[in-house]
Amino acid sequence: MDRNSNIYTIIYAAILTVVVAVVLAFVHSSLEPKMEANEKLAKQKDILRSVGLVDLPDASAVYEKTISSFVIDASGKVVDGMDGEAVNVAAEFKKPAEDQVHPVFVYTADDGSKRLILPLYGNGLWDKIWGYIALEEDMNTIAGIAMDHKGETPGLGAEIKDNPKQYNDPFIGKTILDEQGNYVSVKMVKGGIKEPEHQIDAISGATITSDGVNEMLYRGLGYYLPYFNAAKSQTSLK
Amino acid sequence: MSETQVAQKSTTLFGKKERRLLTDPFNDNNPITVQVLGICSALAVTVAVKNALVMSVAVILVTGFSNLIISLLRNTIPNRVRMIVQLVVIASLVSIVEMVLHAFQYDVYKQMSVYIGLIITNCILMGRLEAFAMANKPWQSLLDGIGNGVGYGAILIAVAFFRELFGKGSVFGFRVLPDWYVPNGLMLIPAAAIFLIGIIIWIQRSRNTKLVDIS
Repeated sequence: MDRNSNIYTIIYAAILTVVVAVVLAFVHSSLEPKMEANEKLAKQKDILRSVGLVDLPDASAVYEKTISSFVIDASGKVVDGMDGEAVNVAAEFKKPAEDQVHPVFVYTADDGSKRLILPLYGNGLWDKIWGYIALEEDMNTIAGIAMDHKGETPGLGAEIKDNPKQYNDPFIGKTILDEQGNYVSVKMVKGGIKEPEHQIDAISGATITSDGVNEMLYRGLGYYLPYFNAAKSQTSLK
Repeated sequence: MSETQVAQKSTTLFGKKERRLLTDPFNDNNPITVQVLGICSALAVTVAVKNALVMSVAVILVTGFSNLIISLLRNTIPNRVRMIVQLVVIASLVSIVEMVLHAFQYDVYKQMSVYIGLIITNCILMGRLEAFAMANKPWQSLLDGIGNGVGYGAILIAVAFFRELFGKGSVFGFRVLPDWYVPNGLMLIPAAAIFLIGIIIWIQRSRNTKLVDIS
């Protein structure tokens, strides 16, 4: 058959496309459970990292045992029948603020004490940054934070993940409310810390990533203020 | 002409010609330092040796199999859409590699993010398909693909070794330099890789003078 005829070319392209599509669909569907399990495990590890549980060999089992979750809406009310894990934080980020829902993960330690773990999501210099912040039961003191990023510069912005000793641990013990109870969030600042209760040293050379972290914290924690206020007035933690 | 054909027929699977296909890309015809292809990914994924290693394996698989498949199809491909056919084959192989990494090497998959997908645009692939696989038998094409993939990977790992060593003081994630060594952040920036590749090209050409342009 003439290899340069139109009909041959069209048939060839059609067959090739079908073959490739079938092969790719087959590979994808056979690997999909494994890929989803990876995504889920990575998220569970991030959540556990925020309460200081790193490098667990059985992260999934620990997660199942210690973490429960629920969901609040933009006004701080608990949404019935929704699981925190079902919320896609990246998708919520794009919605208008009043339509967003926000997951709350509750960590229960062996001694019965609880911590609230809240997701964070924002923009770094090159791409998205995200993380989880853990608050003590007073909903004010930070118990831990874990951050990750898609494409921050190694050695600079990427330090938010790679250098937890310098850029995650200092957050512990900081408070998000000032003495009058007003919301101030916590910040990474340059040129010396002026309010040691609410600030840590920023990453030198990574101003935009540090600013992104600040914005992510301010907005991310801000979502939960209505819930915090409601919960505090009832003085019971769900 | 007839002599060479006879000679070709009498060769075994690893005759002289076949060995050259595998070894040439290491020196005389290295994809990065001589053909100057695939530079983009060589700058991007060489921050750590592990990433470079995974990238190299991925590229070796894709170059090998795309060369093999295109060579098998070479007598059926309509000339007018041959580039598209080549790209479809490359893109499917890369998608498969990406899914396999996603399933079995999730950490590396996350770190390399877009660069796995960008193997598709790695010029080494199209270059080898057009220059070799379209005109040669499957076995030779497979060897040529693997040879070029390995030649690419060797440079990648060499660059990554020095970048990780001086940029983080570690190799394969293990700290090897003593604590007094302050990691040099410059080495972690892609610009450092272009200096390293330049130095490699310099060393190679001073040892192998036939590569130097006489123009």
